[in-house]
Order: sequence, then structure tokens, then C-alpha cells
Amino acid sequence: MRPYALLVLAGFRQQSAYRLAALAGLVANTTFGFLKVAILLATVEAAGGELNGYDAGSMAAYIWISQGLLGSVNLFGRTEVAERIRTGDVVVDFLRPLDVQGAAVATEVGRNLFALLPRGIPSVLVGALVVGMTMPTSPLPYALGLVSVLLGITVSVTTVYLVAATGFWLVETRGVQILYMVVSGFLAGLFVPISLFPAPLLALASATPFPSMLQYPVDVLSGRVEGVAALGLVAAQVAWLVATAALGHVLTRRGRHKLEVQGG
Amino acid sequence: MSEPIIETRRLTRTFRVRDGLTRRTVVAVEDLSLRVDPGEAVGYIGANGAGKSTTIKMLTGILVPTSGEARTCGLRPVADRRRLARQVGVVFGQRSQLWWDLPVGDSFGLLAAIHRLSPADAASRRDELVAQLELKEFWTTPVRQLSLGQRMRAEVAAALLHRPRLVILDEPTIGLDVLSKQRLREFLVAERREHGTTLLLTTHDMGDVERLCDRVVLVDRGRTAYDGDLAGLSRTVGAQRVMTVDLAEPVPATALALPDGASHVGEEGHGLRHRIGFDSEQATAAAVLAAVSTAAEVLDLSIEEPDVEDVVRRVYASRR
Repeated sequence: MRPYALLVLAGFRQQSAYRLAALAGLVANTTFGFLKVAILLATVEAAGGELNGYDAGSMAAYIWISQGLLGSVNLFGRTEVAERIRTGDVVVDFLRPLDVQGAAVATEVGRNLFALLPRGIPSVLVGALVVGMTMPTSPLPYALGLVSVLLGITVSVTTVYLVAATGFWLVETRGVQILYMVVSGFLAGLFVPISLFPAPLLALASATPFPSMLQYPVDVLSGRVEGVAALGLVAAQVAWLVATAALGHVLTRRGRHKLEVQGG
Repeated sequence: MSEPIIETRRLTRTFRVRDGLTRRTVVAVEDLSLRVDPGEAVGYIGANGAGKSTTIKMLTGILVPTSGEARTCGLRPVADRRRLARQVGVVFGQRSQLWWDLPVGDSFGLLAAIHRLSPADAASRRDELVAQLELKEFWTTPVRQLSLGQRMRAEVAAALLHRPRLVILDEPTIGLDVLSKQRLREFLVAERREHGTTLLLTTHDMGDVERLCDRVVLVDRGRTAYDGDLAGLSRTVGAQRVMTVDLAEPVPATALALPDGASHVGEEGHGLRHRIGFDSEQATAAAVLAAVSTAAEVLDLSIEEPDVEDVVRRVYASRR
């Protein structure tokens, strides 16, 4: 496991080379955070101060935690490995005594973890200081929330790896990436919490890995879902992690036989 | 004989390419049967698109053959890819295996962990490579800030860190200046002498082949067109060295008593300049020069070596 752990670290350090980009990301995150505050808090107010279990404080917590995670949870569909398949640089990955999927996921998780420092934590702090939000007062939601956040990041990486792996067949995966971007953000609960969805849409979202990336970690960390129910969400995340990783493994095996290295 | 380090039997790879609306099949490698023994240094040459890179990618388990078989280091490349990767070092001249945003040294730390080298072993090998390839000056520089020459040295070092039995270099000197090429070649010669490493090299540079390889395999449209030593290749296609002499006074071509194996190729200035082709197997440059000197005083001379492009062209032409 040590090589993969080191790849996580390498991904983290590679991403740290782009600090200005991280700062720009933070500005974008907080700007959209304020936009969401204006819309969603007005909605809560219009609903009489409470909307499907959300009050102003818990809605603010949802907004700022989800904005904070946006830099670390891949809801855009783009990955380095997709680019490497497109250009043929993936040959280098096949020359190493490593599992290609495992190495790609480890590096990407490392990159995404870095974003928590310049984007994740500051977003939440800005929101907490400027708008105010309700957070748990006991330590347990934070501990479980941390696990849930790590799982959320990892599930997003193993899922977006599937998008990249279609490149073994398609070479250019931009279409799939855009489809992923459109679907994932919505079903992950980026725009509105999925508990506000009508029942059929909520059922649909729950049948995908997307809420595991964002909505569940936000629910667990903010303490909106607690106790056994919170453990249930984490269990769902683990299940999606296993499922997406297994599917990625199969796609990588099959895809290898399709691989036609691009660019000589 | 010991077990071959590379052995292929009727190795074939075809690609389906789209050509407008229709699809056609392109044969990249066809029925390639190749055997390389441990310790050999093989230059694998051929025109662009002759199937060199495709062969390498099949030998290392990156590409799956359409048919035929390959064994590298006694392993099945595709099925045993990860085990094979511990025994093979590969440099693709156009691709980087280093971590782009990290200092050069970090890539070596990562590769040592990836290849599960013991810390002591990794450190001694790293120090050896750093010294021989002169990596120290840019060891802490991020890879993306290296010059091409610096990066290629680091790439070669990275491919050799785990002391592979077989080193495969795909166009390792592409884009390098003369001095950088020379340093890299000297290093590879020393590396082979010390460790007995087997070398398989694709190149467009005749200097690489002359300096590094004792055997040449020439591929044409995916098939082997020649397999033997370099001198033999030049002999087969009649590639000659050409001596150009400037004389003090005009002499007709017929007056030059050329030795066996030398022939008159052309003249300029009504016999003031002659071009004489000769096969180095049969005639030495000194013998040619001596023969010319008896007819007239030689003011100046130059000798052109046959280049790989020329040899390849001649082989291709003779086959078509």
C-alpha cells in the first residue's frame, strides 16, 4: 500500500504548485455561496422559517459546507487520467508495477485533498463568520463527518475515473464529461439539498453515487443526520465506493484490450 | 544458450482506423519473430510508421497483440505486466515518466517506493545515477522547468533506477543537441559495460546505432527486413563511405588508379574535385587517398558516412 499512499501525497504536493488557481477557486466558491444564501435562505423564509427540516442556520451550514467541498469533490468530470488516455501518456502508467486504476485514483484523491486547505476550510470560515450557520456542539458528528468527507472525495474520484475509462473506447471523452457534469452536480445536491426533491427524483438520486459525494458528507458533518442514520449514510458511501471501484477495475481490464496508444 | 530476454513468434498487431466514412485495417507489426539474448544491444530501426513503437508496446505489455506471442524476461507481457515492469526500464523519448510539478528528486523517491527498493539500495543507485548523468545541478528543480537535455538525462536515470535487466529506449536522443547526445551515449555504454544490461533501442540517429548497438534489426512495414551487424547492413545495401578530394591540378577520372572496393562517383571543376565511394570492408580511406595522391597533389578532403535514413531507404527500395 505504501506506493499508493505516496502517490496520494504526490498528488497533494503537485496540486500545491497551483496556489493562485486555488485562490481563484476560493473566490468563485464564496461568490456562489452568497448567491445560494440569497436564494435558499429566502426560500426557507418564504416557507415560514422551516423547509423540509431546514431552518436558516442548518441551510446556511448546508450551503457553506457544500461550497467548501466543491474544490475537493469532482463534480466536473475532468481528470488527469482522461487526458493521459487521450494523449497516450497513459503508456507510462502501464509501465509501472502498479495497478493503473489504483495509481490514478490515489493521485487524484491527493490533489483533491489539497484543495481542502485553500478552498474548503476558508469557504466554511467565510460563511460562518459573515452569514452564520448552525453546527453540531458534540464532537461525534465532526469525527464521523471527517470520515464521510474523505469517503465523499474518494467516491467522486472512483466515479469520475469511470468517465475517464470510457476513453479506452472513445479516446475523446468530453461528451461524457459534460454529461457527468450536468447530472452529477444536480443529483449530488449541489444546487438544492436532495431532501427538497420531489419523491421520485429523490429516489432516482439515491440510486446513484452522486449524493455520496456531497449531500451525505454535508448531512453528516453538519449534524443534520445523526446517530444510526448517519452511520447508514456512511455505509451507503462505502457501498458506492466499492461498487464504483469494482466497475472501474472491470473497465480498466477490458479497456486495456481496446487501448490504441495515441500519438505514436 | 541462455534463455532469451526477448522472444517473439509471429507477433502481429493491426489497428482499425477510420478513413472518412469507411474503416480500414492497418497492419503495424506483421509476423515478427525476434530473439534477443541477455547482454545484447540491438538497434531497432525503420522509417516512421514501420511498427517500431508498436513492437515495444507489445513487448512491455502495454498493447495487446492481435496474434502471435511475445515473451519478455521470460514473462508474458500482458498477463504479467506488473512483474515485468520490475525488470524492464523504458524511456519513451516523447513522454515523461517524471512528476511534472515536483522537484526531480521527488520522482526518484516515488519510483523507489513504486519498485519497492530497499532504502539503502535506492540511495546507492540514485547516487550512482546522479553522479554519472550529472543530475545534481537540477535535482531540486521542478521537472516542468528542465531543459530537454536535462529532462532526458533524468528520464533515463528514472528508467534505470530499479536496475532493470532490459532497457528499452524509444528515440532517446530525439531533439537533443550533439553534446547532450554524446553524454547520453557514453553513459549508456558505461552502464552496459558495468551491469551487462540488455539494450533495445529505436532511433533515427545513426550515431546512436554506431555507438551503442552491436546488432541491427531493420523493420519495413511491420516485417523484419534485415537482422545482423551494422557493417553487414551497409554491405548488403551497398551503402558506401564517400571521400571528396580537391586536387592541385585537374586529373581525369580514368587517371586515378583506385584500389579494389572503391569506385568513382563523380567529379566537378573538370577534374579538380572527385567524389570516390568506397566500402570500408574492402578499402581503407588511407588506401584510397594514397591512390589519388599518386595522380595529383591532394589539397583537401572530406569523408561522408552512410546515414541510417540512407540505409533504410536503400533497403526499402530494394524490397519494392
